[in-house]
Order: sequence, then C-alpha cells, then structure tokens
Amino acid sequence: MSTSLSDVAPSSTEFLAAVAARQLAGKRRVFAGVGLPTLAVDLARRTLDPDVELVYESGICGAQPEGLAEGIADSVLVSGAAAVLSMPALFSYVLQRGHVDVGFLGAAQIDRWGSLNTSFIGDWDRPTVRLPGAGGAAEIMPNAGECIVVLRRHDPGALPAELDFCTSPSPVRAHEEDPRMVPPGHGVSTVITPMAVLRRPEKLGELEISEVHPGLTVDDVRAATGWEIAVAEDVRETARPTVEEVRLLREEIDTVRLYLR
Amino acid sequence: MAAPDKVTDLTSAVATHVRDGMTVALEGFGHLIPFAAGHEIIRQGRRELTFCRMTPDLLADQMIAAGCVSKLVASFFASGSAGSLHEVRRRVESADPEPLEVEEYSHYGMVCRYQAGAAGLPFFPLRSYAGSDLPKLNPLIRKVADPYGGPDIYVVPPLRPDVTILHAQRADRSGNVQMWGIVGAQQEAAYAAETVIVTVEEIVEEDVVRSDPNRTVLPAHAVTAVVECPGGAHPSYTQGHYDRDNAFYREWTPISRDPEAVLGWLDEWVHQVPDRAAYLAKLGAERWSGLAVAPRPSQPVDFGRRRVAAQGAS
Repeated sequence: MSTSLSDVAPSSTEFLAAVAARQLAGKRRVFAGVGLPTLAVDLARRTLDPDVELVYESGICGAQPEGLAEGIADSVLVSGAAAVLSMPALFSYVLQRGHVDVGFLGAAQIDRWGSLNTSFIGDWDRPTVRLPGAGGAAEIMPNAGECIVVLRRHDPGALPAELDFCTSPSPVRAHEEDPRMVPPGHGVSTVITPMAVLRRPEKLGELEISEVHPGLTVDDVRAATGWEIAVAEDVRETARPTVEEVRLLREEIDTVRLYLR
Repeated sequence: MAAPDKVTDLTSAVATHVRDGMTVALEGFGHLIPFAAGHEIIRQGRRELTFCRMTPDLLADQMIAAGCVSKLVASFFASGSAGSLHEVRRRVESADPEPLEVEEYSHYGMVCRYQAGAAGLPFFPLRSYAGSDLPKLNPLIRKVADPYGGPDIYVVPPLRPDVTILHAQRADRSGNVQMWGIVGAQQEAAYAAETVIVTVEEIVEEDVVRSDPNRTVLPAHAVTAVVECPGGAHPSYTQGHYDRDNAFYREWTPISRDPEAVLGWLDEWVHQVPDRAAYLAKLGAERWSGLAVAPRPSQPVDFGRRRVAAQGAS
C-alpha cells in the first residue's frame, strides 16, 4: 500500500474511520454497529486482515455484503452470510459467552472510566433530549473483550466529569456496585474523537491521552475535556490516513457517501 | 381429520383478537416488521395499548401518533439509519400532545423477557446492568442472589403479551409459519403470547412446509390466525421478496418532526386506504418494482426418506 499521507481533516469521517480501522489489527471477531464502524471494519478487511469476522446484533455472523449496508438488519448482510442466528442465540451464546473480541460503540457522553450515556441529556423524567437508549450496548460493554468508542465531538459536554445517565457501565462502576459483579470484558479500551485517541490500559483505570491529532496539542485536548484527564507517558501524533485508505473509503467502500460526510 | 384452517383476513383478525387496553407485541428486528397489521390497528381505532417492540421503529411513531398507545415497552428509541423518532421524542421530552409511559430495557433484556414468557419462567438472568443506571430507571430490573454461590445477578420479568403479531414469508393454512433471514426474537415473542397473528407474503400448500421442516419458526400449535398479506412489511423488507424502502425511512424524518404532517400522512396512507392491497396500489408499481430483489436461492437440502420395503423384509 502507498504510504503517502492524505490531508483529510482530523474531524472528518475518513480520518476517524481510518484511525478506527487500525485498532482492529490482530482482532478476529468484531461486533459492529451501523455507520462509521461499518466503514472502519470494511477498511480493516481490505488493509489489515480479510478474515476479520463481522457479527451484528441482528444475529448475522460472518457477513460478506455485496454492497454497503444501510443498517445492521440490511438484507445485503444476510445474503451470503455464514450464519443467521436468532437474537437469543446471538446475545447469549455468541456475546455473553465471550466470543466477541471487539465491540464498536457510539455515545452522547463518556466519562473518565469509559462509562457511556446513550439514554438522556438532562433530567431522566423530563429530558432535554431523549437519546436512543441501550440497544445492545449494555450487553456489548460487559461481554466483548474490549470496546472501541468513536465520538463525533470532543468537548466538555460529550466528555463530562459526570454523566447525565449511565446506560453502559465501565467495569469500574460494576466494581463499585459489587466487586464480585465485575464483568469479563475490559470495557472501553480506546476512544477516538475529532481531537485525539484516548486509551484506558487498566480495566479498573482511567482514560488517558495517547495520541493527539495533527495540528493540536495535549493542552488543546485537556481544555476540551470535562475532567482533569491523565496524559500517557509517550503521547504521539496520530498517524494521518494514507492516500490509499481515503481512496478505498471514497471509491470502493462508500461510493454513495452514505456515511462519509 | 384435517387440521383447522386458520386463514382469515386482516380486518377480522385484528377485530377479533386486538382489544383496547391489551398488551400487544409487534416484533421483527429491522426485517419483517408487521406494518400492515399496525396500520389495521390504527384504522380500527384501538386505544390504551401497551405496545411492545425492541426497536420501536417508525411503526411506533405512527401508532403512537394515531393515539393507539399509552405505554411503550422497548429497548431502543431510534429508527436505524433514519435517526430520531420525533413523535416518541415529543411525548417523552415535552408530554406533547400527552405523556407516554415508557418501560425501558436493553436489547438482551427484552429478549430475556420474551424467553421467560415463552418458557413459563418467573424471571430470566443476564450478565448486564451491574453499575448501570437502568435498574434505577426501571425497578422491574432486579438483582437476585445466585443460589449456587456465584455473584449476584440481574433478572428481568417475563413478558406475556395478550397478542403477538408477526410477518413472515409463508405459512400453510393450518398455521405452520416459515421464515428466513433475520428472525430476531420472533419465536420467543410468539410463544410468550396468548394469541398469535401472523401475516405472510404467501399461503402455501402443506407439502411445501413439510419439504423443509427446519425452516418452520412457529408450528401451527403456536399460531391463532394466518393472514395472506403480500407487501405487509413495507417500508421494512421481506428477505427474498422485496428490499427495505430506505427512501421512505428518510422521508419519514421530516414528516415525523411536524405533528400535523404525521396526522396528514396517517389520514392519507392509513385511514383513507382500506387494506394493504390498496396501499400498495397507491404506492405505485414503479416504486414497488424499485424494491425488487434478484434471486439468490439456497441449495436444496435432502431430508432423505426411509426405504420402507427394505425394512419390512425381516
């Protein structure tokens, strides 16, 4: 592959998808949602490993879509898949039993321990915004080997000191409730934002700034985060997507610009 | 004795089995969503329903806007690629035009509720919710001690709908229902219910069903009524028959933002339309043919047949 670097903006979907795709190196079975994760997994299959297996909460395992899926229940994911399981089988045997290496999640808010809010902004009884709720995220978080979160914003509203609501808890919160109830999964390992890549190396630890996108400084990222965020010892600049990665995204993966914006 | 014939029409099935105040599940995870049946419930003016659906989808937006629903039991409150369900949001965020009671789970929580209902169990355990605010929001999510000495675990109660309504590719006249593609938690939702109505793309001969018994998701004993209703899942899809009308889902978002537009749409596409055949005619042949799919048949499997003569020889 060409190693020449593109000049796409760090806030662009191309940038985020390419950074997300690289996190899948060495991973076998990925639980993918709709949108940007779909692009990242497709890109990873073309650039890293064609055998990355895609699992969807709709019950599909080993999807080989002939076109870009519009949603996790799209018929193109079914035709040619290795298996379509019932949802009880998918959630209990595949996910809860520990067969998923990586889960991709989105969120409106994430806190320092990697707990996610996808339910409410504001008061629970009369929210300012009613968000989509748990879906399968409350299952993916405890049961996937690790979770990668992609955020479209990086500001103190999206990364607050305290969540308005905790939909999908970090193992840290499970531990606070009862140390015996700590789930098998690591929880959030990596957060990709328009400013930085944050990592959480310890299962019961906090997020730290690991990579800062080109043109930004560690102080920029700290100022945009709602708590005193830790900084890794060896912060690097995030590697830009290559020209080839951007070409694949635009010309082969999302030719109709369904998710690329 | 011949098996009883359960085939009826949708108007009769809804009139007979769906009554005001009932708990009604309309399931189908992004696939086989029983839109035609939902529209018939709207036409017949049912009220005060407890509406159960893992992913409410824009079917929930429509049934809630039509005034059929007083309570929603669900695990996701958006409509796939189309984004927010604004009718749901208006009621939850500003009680406009009136409040909507919501009972909320995660997807697997809803699946476990159907499994408990289908299996006749008092509750169902799952390894979710430790550390989550969801049990505070919904006190029906409870924690119990493991009688075998393991850590405490969260449980959910059984969901037992009065009526579960599904859509499927085909059934025979006695009600053996066959389904392929994404099957979601439909088998569980049906076995959990008192009464089960299934709309299908086609009624087939019993021999067709018996040629492929593993394809049967619901045997006739689990089904109360069968309705032949081609196109009954539009704007969602039926694997192998027609694709999802993604344009319709995108068109719904601006309609959904405007309460007057929602009521206008319901009047034009539900109240002024007698049945699904008329709805499809109004949709037009051009739009419908645009949703056609190319064939990709499965390889037939061989169930074999015992060689009776050879066995009988001894």
